[in-house]
Parts: sequence; structure tokens; C-alpha cells
Amino acid sequence: MSTVTEQHNTHGDDHADHGLTDLGYIKIAIFLAVITAVEVVFSYTQDQLGAAFLPGLLILMAVKFFMVLLYFMHLKFDSKLFSLMFYIGLVLAVGCYAVFLATLHFFQS
Amino acid sequence: MADTAVHADEHVDHGGHYSSTGLSNNKLAMWMFLGSECLLFGGLISTYMLYRGRHSENLGPDQVWDIPFTSASSFVLLMSSLTMVLAVSSAVRDDDRNTKVWLSVTALLGALFVAGQVYEFTTFYREGLGFTTSLFSSSFYTLTGFHGVHVSVGIIMLMSLVGMISKNKVVGDKKETVELFGLYWHFVDVVWILIFTLVYLIPA
Amino acid sequence: MAIIERPSDAVEVVDETTPSVATPESSYGVFRRPVETTGWKSWLFTIDHKKLGIMYGVVAMFFFVVGGIEAMLLRLQLAGPNGTVLSADKYNQMFTMHATTMVFLFVMPMAAAFANYFVPLQIGARDVAFPRINAFGFWAFLFGGLFLNTSWFLGGGADGGWFMYAPNSSVAFSPSNGVDFWGLGLQITGVASLTGAINLIVTVINLRAPGMSLMKLPIFTWMVLVVQFLLLFAIPVITVALFMLMFQRSFDATFFSVEAGADPLLWQHLFWIFGHPEVYILVLPSFGIVSEILPVFSKKPLFGYPLVVFSGAAIGFVGWGVWAHHMFASGLGPISVAAFSVATMAIAIPTGVKIVNWTLTMWGGKLRFTVPMLYSVGVIVQFTIGGLSGVTHSVAPSDTQQTDTYYIVAHFHYVIFGGAVLGLFAGMYYWWPKMFGKMLNERLGRVNFWFTIIGMNLTFGPMHIVGLQGQPRRMYVWTENRAGDGFFNIGFWNLIASIGSFVLALGILLFFVNIYVSHRKGTEKAPLDPWDARSLEWITTNPPKEHNFDRLPQVGHLDEFFHRKYEDRGSDGHHEFHQIATAEEVVAEEENNADGHIHLPSPSYWPILLAFSLPIMAYGVIYNVFLLIGGAVLGLVSFYGWGLEPHTAPEDDYDPPTGTAMEVAAHG
Repeated sequence: MSTVTEQHNTHGDDHADHGLTDLGYIKIAIFLAVITAVEVVFSYTQDQLGAAFLPGLLILMAVKFFMVLLYFMHLKFDSKLFSLMFYIGLVLAVGCYAVFLATLHFFQS
Repeated sequence: MADTAVHADEHVDHGGHYSSTGLSNNKLAMWMFLGSECLLFGGLISTYMLYRGRHSENLGPDQVWDIPFTSASSFVLLMSSLTMVLAVSSAVRDDDRNTKVWLSVTALLGALFVAGQVYEFTTFYREGLGFTTSLFSSSFYTLTGFHGVHVSVGIIMLMSLVGMISKNKVVGDKKETVELFGLYWHFVDVVWILIFTLVYLIPA
Repeated sequence: MAIIERPSDAVEVVDETTPSVATPESSYGVFRRPVETTGWKSWLFTIDHKKLGIMYGVVAMFFFVVGGIEAMLLRLQLAGPNGTVLSADKYNQMFTMHATTMVFLFVMPMAAAFANYFVPLQIGARDVAFPRINAFGFWAFLFGGLFLNTSWFLGGGADGGWFMYAPNSSVAFSPSNGVDFWGLGLQITGVASLTGAINLIVTVINLRAPGMSLMKLPIFTWMVLVVQFLLLFAIPVITVALFMLMFQRSFDATFFSVEAGADPLLWQHLFWIFGHPEVYILVLPSFGIVSEILPVFSKKPLFGYPLVVFSGAAIGFVGWGVWAHHMFASGLGPISVAAFSVATMAIAIPTGVKIVNWTLTMWGGKLRFTVPMLYSVGVIVQFTIGGLSGVTHSVAPSDTQQTDTYYIVAHFHYVIFGGAVLGLFAGMYYWWPKMFGKMLNERLGRVNFWFTIIGMNLTFGPMHIVGLQGQPRRMYVWTENRAGDGFFNIGFWNLIASIGSFVLALGILLFFVNIYVSHRKGTEKAPLDPWDARSLEWITTNPPKEHNFDRLPQVGHLDEFFHRKYEDRGSDGHHEFHQIATAEEVVAEEENNADGHIHLPSPSYWPILLAFSLPIMAYGVIYNVFLLIGGAVLGLVSFYGWGLEPHTAPEDDYDPPTGTAMEVAAHG
């Protein structure tokens, strides 16, 4: 191959285009910290929360999980192929292990 | 590491390699690895879930947990994700100095987390909760141990990366290397987000 | 003329390095990079996917012979009543190691051999995406396999059956180190599979030749892709299980001890969540090979290519939801059993789709019954038999009767031998001229085929009968007075099976004879395109040059090679293919337009060293913590060496440092 290709240093631009600013990341980190604090409060007020306790905690956990995934790990801004690779694993893991625990009557307890 | 590269084409990824999708080989590989890790940690978490109630009367999760302490160490790990993302964004700006600073801070926070885990394990052990004490303890130590090893490996890699940047010995695209390390680190953090809620906050 | 260029500082070509990167001046002190292209070093440190593919194949064949000998000993023991060939203990070890060897050390790596060799060729790439990781994968597999088999000399092999159910795997029931070797050995080969999977997926996604969209991907590559996804997500599950087994046996945890309150089904679930995808991991590569061969020898395109692709993907996906059908007899409860039973019946549909597509590919074609074709037809027939007995297992009440009998043994041998192994042999006959430049002898191949096919049916066919009569699998001895009478006398059928196993062994032996005969001095060089093939791997020399293609092929069709040789002059949906070029002309065309500069990455010491650290650590876990530390240190050093190593060797690693040592003249 004798053609000369220019170095594609578009990497930086990619992030400037799609990613967040440093301030944005800091805001997300603060948000995550607040949710963590709320989670801890949840764990101390279980009796008052009653039926809302478990679903509430799981939702907060999921919010944190996806915030890190989408923003810190750039999945929101990156190619869908990366998301696909990860989500196949995630879905298989959640699916298989949930069924596995269900067959062992975990969720009845 | 993407070694096979020749053709000049419109599809060229950031390292200058020929690529059918225009995506980086390394980053694809990293995401696949993380997808695979989901099933590893999924298995460990499920085993813990299955066994968390199987322990002697006074040495179960609800007796030994120290929620304020674990919350603090979770907070430390969460903040290390912030410093990691700042390192990536410094690397994107070709700012080696700040990249190294943030990477080092990330490693430090990670080390703090691991130190907290060591302290926690020692405390539990003093209270009588050894690795083989009960099914609960075995599955708990296995799960958090695996996570701790992941963090420790991450710390070593981060420190090595700082050294490699200092000596200008990074092979391949430096920005991408920092980004890949970041993906690994965030994933480890994400796993802890799950563990913190599922293992510590939800009572057995 | 294509030149494999010595790396230089000139930046006029696309190089591995970007401007922001410094290249370390010397690789590692006194050692120079192992850049030899001939001799033992060129194999030991190679990162060429073709050499690695051949090594995978050779080692897999070695383990095939080992596993085969183990199988023959089992059959000798059962040939007559009150067998004394093996003790009960040795018999347990023998069937465990037979299964483990065949599954993990023969079928999987043999498929990996073809995948390594042919996926880059089929997609028009010069190597895989991560050549060093590829080399690491091979060495990890080899060392893992050897490690596993050293257990024979260190107190005996594993003896819990290949799925190693608790509590048989615990120290109390299996006091030798066999199970430890088994667990750690599988961890090592698991690492090999995982890295190989990531490597091949990235390769297929990213290194396809210009114009090759996913729906123009050769079908073998498609099936390999599905398999690699299965490996990617199944290996970590068994990793978890194996780690817990190790903690249980070495560090006294009680994950699987019912007396300590553990759930006896935990291991079974984890094993089969891995184990069922594993079944498709074994058989899908072979499906891909068959789907390549049938069109070639029917002179028709694969019938319903998209359907074959989607059914392959569907098998891969649904394969995740059927694992508990291995556990119908374990008391899962009616809801679980019903759900998994239905899912299992459902997975027969995409499999059936494939059978139909193969049959319709042959329908109306100009069939040529060469040896690869014979083997492919063998797959269709034998796998269908195995598939049908498989459907009888999906019906839970019937399965409860069949569980742990020889009927199961019959089923999975028809599926794995009839489906996977026959397909691999088809691939060997088909691709042999491509890999080694010589044809395997067709006449001898025919004899080889018929001995194999008759042998396998004699061996595994009677197992249906003795199984339904109630002979349990893994039974090490049978007695005359309980053998039954008349047609269903299990003694008679066991003898037939044992005789069959020798016929089968003779068939396999003939394959090795064939290799010898075909490579004797004076045998002709294989023609460039011996089969009138269709896919991209044939648009290059036999065997391919180190850089595979002089010019990266531009792809416009599925079956690109066929369309370069033939032109469709029919009209109104009526096809009429006329030859417009010979294979020689097609290849010459590529050579005349060769790419100017081709950069191939340099060989490396680190993959083999890193892989070597794994068994050392594993011995350390069993015997001595210092060994563990030593292995870890070696691993760490290799890791850093690897990380700091540039992709291409620096100039002064070559000897002589300047000149034409690396210049490779193109043919023609």
C-alpha cells in the first residue's frame, strides 16, 4: 500500500463533541454521592418506608449504575456497538441468574 | 495491540488502523471483556444471595455490618470514578501533567478503598467470622474478595500507566489507553454500586 | 510484488505508532526480538494466525488420540462380563478424563484451529485483531491441557464425571488431586478460550475486507462468530464455579457441602448455565464447515443463507435458556421443568431449519461425492439421529426415564461425534490442500470415511438399546446373570459396541495413514482450486503467504470467489453460469495489483511466557505456595514485557540489520 493516509487524530474532537465538560462530570459525581446518601438513609428508615423500601433501593441502585455507565463510561455518546457488547452480557447475566435463583425458590423467601 | 493494519480506506479508526466499523479494536475488546465480567460477578452475587441467610445465630450480615464505615468507603470508590473521568478528559486534552495527577489520585482513592476493605475483613475476622465459618461468610468473602482483587489490579495498572506516561513508554494511542483503563476502573466501581446496595443495604 | 517491509522510521505509511507515542529503542536488553521466519523459533514465538491454527490442530489431534485410547480402554472393560481391564477407580478416572479431553482438548481446540486459520482468510484480513493474544491463547490451551493430563502421573486423574457434580467432587469422595488438576486445568484452557473469543469477535467485526457486509460473511465465519459470543459469556460462569470448587477443596469452604447447609443444585446450575452453551460451542463450528462444503459440491449457493445465519444466531441465543433440561431428574419443581422443557423443544426448530437448508442445498444440485462431501452428508444423517433422540429428552417424563442411562451416552455421542467430529473431519479433507498444498488421498479418504461411519454406528447405536434396557452410564462392570435375554441381552450389545469402537479407531488410524501417504515424496502439489470453491480463502496461494493476500480483496458478493470465476448470463430469474476466469487468473489478478507495503507485527516472547506462568501457578495452588508466587512473578514480568513491547521489532533486532532478509517475493 503506497497511499499516504493522514493520522486521524479525531479522538479529542469526539469527546469535545459528545462528552461532558469537567464541570458536568463533577455535577454527576455530586448527584451520585447524594443518591448514595439517600440509599443509606433508606437503610436506616426501613420500618417507616414499608413496602417502598426494597423497590426504592433497587431503583436508586439502578440509577447509579446507569449514570456511571452512560456518562462516566461514555456509553451514551459512543457507538451503539459498544453498548450492544456490554448489554448482551448484562442481560444474559441478569436473566440467567434470576431464573437460577427463582428455581431455587430464592424470591419466595 | 491492534497490529493488523494496512489498508487506507474511509474506515480508519483513531489509531490509523484499517477497521470495517471505524471503531477501535482495543475498545471493542474492552467492552466485550466487561460484558463477560457481568456474568462473573453475576455468578458471585447470586451465590451470595443464595447463601446470605445461612449462618449461625449471631454472625449474620445484620449483626456484623458497619453501614457508616462501608458507606464511607463506597463514597471513596465513587469519587475515584470522578477522578478517573477527569484523568481521561485531561488525556483527551493532551495534558500529561494533569492526566498523571488524576490517575495518581484515582489510584490513591482505590488504595484507600482496599485499605478499608482490609480493615473491614480484619474486624469481621476478630468477631469470629472466618472464611469457612458459614456459607454466608464464604460467599461474602469470595464476592468482595474478587472485587477487591479487581480494584487492586486496577491500582497496579494505574500506577504503571503513570510511570509509562512519565517515561513516554506508552505503546499505542495514549488517550485511548487512558480511556481503556478508565472503562475498567468504572466497571469495578459499577460492580461495587451493586454490591453496596444488594449486599450491605438490603437486610438478609 | 509485495514486500513485507522491515519497519523504518519513515512515516509515509500507516504505521502502528501514532506521533504522540515513543517507540522504546530496544525490546528488552540483551534479548532481541525473535524475528526468525524458519526453524523452531519461528513456531515457538510466532503470532501468525496460520501457524497458530496449525499448532492448534496438531495438539488437538494429539489429545484426540489420548482421549480415544481412554475410550477404547472403557470399551475393552465393558466388552465382556466381569471386566478386569480397569479397576472401578481407574474406570472412573478414565471416563472423566475421556470426556474432558474430547470436549475441552479436542473438539473445542480443533474448531479453534479452523477458526484461527480460516476466519482471517475468509474475511480477507492479513491476521487477527490481536495476534499476540492469539498466540497466548494457543499456549494457554496447550499448557492447560498438559497440566490437566499430568494428573495421571501425580496420583490419578479426576474421577467425578465431566460435569463433576457435588458431592462427588469433594475431598471426601475424591481424595486424590485429580479434581484439583481438573478444575485448575479447565481454568487455564478457559482463559485461552476467553481471550480467543474476544480476539475473533473483534477480528470479524473490524477486519472484514472492503465491501464485506455482515450478510456477505462466509457462513463458517458466521458460525464461528456465534460460537465466540457463546464462549465470551459462558466461560465466566464456569470460572465462578471452578473457583468455588477450588476454595472448597483447597481452603475448606463449604459451597457444595449439603451437610453444611449448602444447596446441592448450586454447582449443577452454574455448570449447566455454562454447559449448555458449551454444547453449541462444540457443534456450531462444524455446522459452519458443513454449510461451506455442501454448496461447493452441489454447485449451488447455500439454500437460504440468511435463514442459516439467523437460525445459528437463534440457537446461540435460545441456548442460554435451556440449561436446566440437564437437571430434570433433580427435583426442580413442575414449573421450572415445564418451562425448560418447552424451551428445549423450541431450540429444535432452528436446528431443524439448518437440516432443511442443507438438504435443499443439495436438492437439484450437481452432486460430487468427494470425501469432504461424504463427511458432510454424514453429519446431516448422524446429527439428525442425535437430534431426534435429543428431542425425546426434552419431554421431561421421558427424560426422567433416560437420565443417567446409556441412552444419554448414545445421544450425545451422535451429536458430538456425528455432528461435531465428522464435520471437523470434513473440514480437514476440504481445507487440507489450502493449509498444506497437498491433497489428501481421495480413495484412502473414502475408506477412512466408511470405517469411521460404520464404526461410530456400531459403537453408539447399541447404546440406545442398552440404555433403554436400563444400563446406567458410568457402570464399570456388568454381570451375565443380570444381562437379560434374547434381543435385549445387554451383553451382546455391549460386545457389539466394543467391536465398533475398534472399527472406529481403525477408521481414525486410516486418517493418519492418509496424511502420511499424501505427503510422501513425489506426491503432486495440490491445484490452486481443487474443489471449484466459492469463498474468499481460495483467492490466494496454497498454502497462503505469510501476509495472506497481496491485495486486500474487494468484496461484492457472498461467494465472492465463485462470482469472480463465473458470470451469470441467465435472465428472468433463470441463472446460467459461465466460467469467465480460472482460479489461477483470479489469483494472478490479485498478485499483479499487490499492495505496496505490508506491515506485519513481529513475533514475541511474551505470549508463551505469560501462558507458561499459568500452569506454574496452578501447581502452586496444589503443592506449594512458593511455586504460586514464582508463577505469579513470571506472569507479572511477562505482562509488563508485553505491555511495553512495540508491535514491530526495532531495526537492530534483524540480522543482518539492513538488507533484504525480510523481503518476500510474490509468486508469479
